[in-house]
Amino acid sequence: MTKQRSSRPDVNGKELINEAVRMALDDAGMTRKDIDAVVIGNMDHFEGINYVDTWSVDGSGALMKPIMKLTTGGTTGSTIAMAAYYHVASGLFDRVLAIGWEKNSESDTTGAIITAFDPFWDRPIFAGAVAGLALEATQYMHLTGATEEDAAYVAVRERKHALNNPYAHLHMNLTIEDVMKSPYLSWPVKMGDMCPRTDGACALVFASEDVAEDFPQKPAWFLGVANRHLWAYTSDPYVNQAIENGWWFPAMEWSAKELYDKVGITDPLEQIDVAELYLPYSFAGLRYMESLGFCGRGEGPALVRSGAFDMGGKCPVNPSGGVMSSNAIGATGLIRVAECVWQIQGRAGDRQVPEVKVALATGFGGCFWSDIMLLGADKPEKVRG
Amino acid sequence: MAMAEEKKLLITLESGEAEQPFRWSAGIYGSRFLTELRDNKRFVGIRCPKCGKVYVPPRRVCGPCFVELSELVPVSDEGEIVTYTVVSFGFVDPATGKQKPVPYGYAVIKLDGADTYLLHYVDETDPAKIRVGARVKAVFEEERTGSMLDIKHFELLER
Repeated sequence: MTKQRSSRPDVNGKELINEAVRMALDDAGMTRKDIDAVVIGNMDHFEGINYVDTWSVDGSGALMKPIMKLTTGGTTGSTIAMAAYYHVASGLFDRVLAIGWEKNSESDTTGAIITAFDPFWDRPIFAGAVAGLALEATQYMHLTGATEEDAAYVAVRERKHALNNPYAHLHMNLTIEDVMKSPYLSWPVKMGDMCPRTDGACALVFASEDVAEDFPQKPAWFLGVANRHLWAYTSDPYVNQAIENGWWFPAMEWSAKELYDKVGITDPLEQIDVAELYLPYSFAGLRYMESLGFCGRGEGPALVRSGAFDMGGKCPVNPSGGVMSSNAIGATGLIRVAECVWQIQGRAGDRQVPEVKVALATGFGGCFWSDIMLLGADKPEKVRG
Repeated sequence: MAMAEEKKLLITLESGEAEQPFRWSAGIYGSRFLTELRDNKRFVGIRCPKCGKVYVPPRRVCGPCFVELSELVPVSDEGEIVTYTVVSFGFVDPATGKQKPVPYGYAVIKLDGADTYLLHYVDETDPAKIRVGARVKAVFEEERTGSMLDIKHFELLER
């Protein structure tokens, strides 16, 4: 992956993509010729330039090869990973290049996000991700009694972890007090609680089981994937967060349950060694731990503050510094997978978690959509969707 | 060359006032909803014949039941706050190309008689004065054009 930075005026999209692709091919000991197909994605409206699958072929390496472009909101990068996995797991392709990228510096991120939504019912009022997440935070605090300080703990942890990651955009040694004193963007969400906007790209080689062991690096195996995309309008997700159906965050809760059932995870905290989660803001680091089954509803803050998800804890979350330290949106979900791969390979440098056997990667976006993947050091006995 | 010097040599292109107009369709029931707002300052929803859920604004398909809806029903212009925030960060409103004026109260609202929620403004910018469950009532603009912005904001009936 490229180093994640606030702005890269020295490259256009194609050139940024090419940086990540060359790094991935070099690392895999491959050339462009070895690639059978390409899956690429970003969110067009951040750059205002459509059809990356066409104009990037020189940079992506997809010239005269099968290519598929994906855009699913914040989940774009994780959807790219899943689609590349489907390509190789289906048996149709052996070596697939997955590319996620974004140049968020090229537009007003909130304004661009708004254009992804319905022009009648959402756009006139919707204030983008920051305010949408603030509504979630208010509801979560109302339901559980969680506090802004609980969230600030997460913000500090993520930024502390990023200090070990040379690829991270933000390198900030913050205290809870710093976060609490930062200005409100949209109450209760403060500047310190929120992800940055970033320019960056990430590329990964997905290989079928027939060829995966031929590479210079030891493979990280996909144990299984699941995803749920639901809800149409921006005010929809809050409906069943009102507990009326017993689900607080159905997309994430359902996809986690499906995936854990498939892979045989009964106690995520014990069985998962590291997690790279799409936590776009601090309150997500409380609530999503519950949605992902690490603890019961309302128990997120206590478990988070126990240090279970810190480096050295039971299941370190976001050793990379996560989304709150770098968010080139179309790359972000794919970076979660890349970080899990490095953790499994033992190549994560100063952010390495010891002896990673099972790693969890997630994507989050749209109207509270969820992609979730488990990767492992050991080859699974069968391919799971 | 120093990074700052190098950046000065790099050319960027501003899209400026460039505009691409679109013409979107609200559909039959969406149009009825907006017409009622504009002409009568009334809200209508649509009821699913299978699960009974009332969607506001009306939509033609109930996603979970996957059946077509057609029964329009009146819903109240009063309701309660489900969750809220006060937006205070600056951003470009893509509808105008200008900075959206901040701060403003912003809430998910459940109208009485509706099963889905609306996102809209609330006439309060102090988060301490808003609460989940607070009663609100729609305040309409004098000049209405058939848009969600025909609702000026929701007035907090209790502070």
